[in-house]
Amino acid sequence: MTPTTETPLKRTPLHAAHLRAGARMVPFGGWDMPVQYAGVKAEHEAVRTRAGMFDVSHMGEFRVTGPDAEAFLQRVTTNDVTKLRPGRAQYNWLPNDAGGLVDDIYVYRVADTEFLLVVNASNIEKDWAHLQAHAAGSEVQLSDESGDWGLIAVQGPEAGALLQPHTDVDLGAKKKNAFFSGTLLEFPVLFARTGYTGEDGFEVFVKAGDAEALWDRLVAVGLTPAGLGARDTLRLEAGFPLYGHEFAEDLHPLASTYAWVVKDKEHVGRAAIQAAPPVRLIGLALDRVPVREGYPVLLGGETVGHVTSGSSSPTLGHPIAMALVRADAASADAYEVEVRGKAHPARRMDLPFYKR
Amino acid sequence: MQTPPELKYAASHEWLAGDGTVGISDFAQDQLGDVVYVELPEVGRVVTAGETVAVVESVKTASDIYAPASGTVTAVNEALSGTPELVNSGPYEDGWLFKLDVTEESGDLMDAGAYAAANT
Repeated sequence: MTPTTETPLKRTPLHAAHLRAGARMVPFGGWDMPVQYAGVKAEHEAVRTRAGMFDVSHMGEFRVTGPDAEAFLQRVTTNDVTKLRPGRAQYNWLPNDAGGLVDDIYVYRVADTEFLLVVNASNIEKDWAHLQAHAAGSEVQLSDESGDWGLIAVQGPEAGALLQPHTDVDLGAKKKNAFFSGTLLEFPVLFARTGYTGEDGFEVFVKAGDAEALWDRLVAVGLTPAGLGARDTLRLEAGFPLYGHEFAEDLHPLASTYAWVVKDKEHVGRAAIQAAPPVRLIGLALDRVPVREGYPVLLGGETVGHVTSGSSSPTLGHPIAMALVRADAASADAYEVEVRGKAHPARRMDLPFYKR
Repeated sequence: MQTPPELKYAASHEWLAGDGTVGISDFAQDQLGDVVYVELPEVGRVVTAGETVAVVESVKTASDIYAPASGTVTAVNEALSGTPELVNSGPYEDGWLFKLDVTEESGDLMDAGAYAAANT
């Protein structure tokens, strides 16, 4: 027998709270994370109709400061960071020289010369190395604060109403993508009116040491804990791409429906991104058979692409999927998806599948 | 977790009743979570123990179901096409999958006690 050396899974500051709640834990991007508590459908429905909360503490946080911070971020991302005022957040991309994506990220502007970046958990080390390499020679300081923060996403139509009695900030006055500090249940936090579910809500940054106590208090005020399973079905219904599925290092980001993230400015990988993408992301709906990542997509009997994310949609009541198909085959209304050797009809559906 | 004593169980979580009825265990349905689709074999199909014979899909994943015995499929649970969640609510009752005219059981089937001990 050959001994294996497995890297132990990392734990968020909420790990003990998840175990206490009876969550089913799974490995995700190197982390031991809750996939569900009561059940994916119930948690999904709680977020769509009331409010739920997710532990997203596994995501990474980098602080970028210094006189060149804005110019640096302007160069390494595709969106226009100069348009971002203090107290605002912006969805953005980190391209590589070949026009693929190192990561998709959120940029929060704290002050004129200070930004906070939130990056995908599985990409923390890669993003850190990429940013360090591009920061050389600039007057910019990077610090990895990923271990310092707990991050709780409170999402759903009642998210604001549930939080409002417990904070000193007028949440209703804060627009989408606002980023501001305050207290929540007496803990000092940073709020962002952002999320990944297609619902209204707030992402709450809390000191790692306070995270478990805050989570327990949020359960007590009526928020339903929701796991990665519901997070994935919610983001799929909302048509949000997920790194490693709809985005990758070797995948042209404009294959997605997010062309607005690329602005006309000088940035890493600009020439490569300007070339037309060879594939396009489309939405598909099926009657009954769920389709999964990797299943072939057919047009006229020929394989023209593959499913990148697929699931049964709890809100719509039928299976949905995102798929990457050849650009020349991306405008049809009807396709087929091959499931266990048999072709099943799939109709084109515009993204997002669900809009609040 | 229920494990009715009159059934036999496969390590891959199928149960087999004395009349050839096959389903998945309470433990298995709980692990799968919300079942949204079940693909059943055709009646008349001849199967060998251990062969993939059906698929149960939850919101998140597709799981193969293996024949716990060799034989011929004599019936399938048509109710699952409209209400696949029966697998969650009644894995030993309304959520059965198919019936086999058994010619030979798999040699690896466990009794309820051994199966429960292996999955706690």
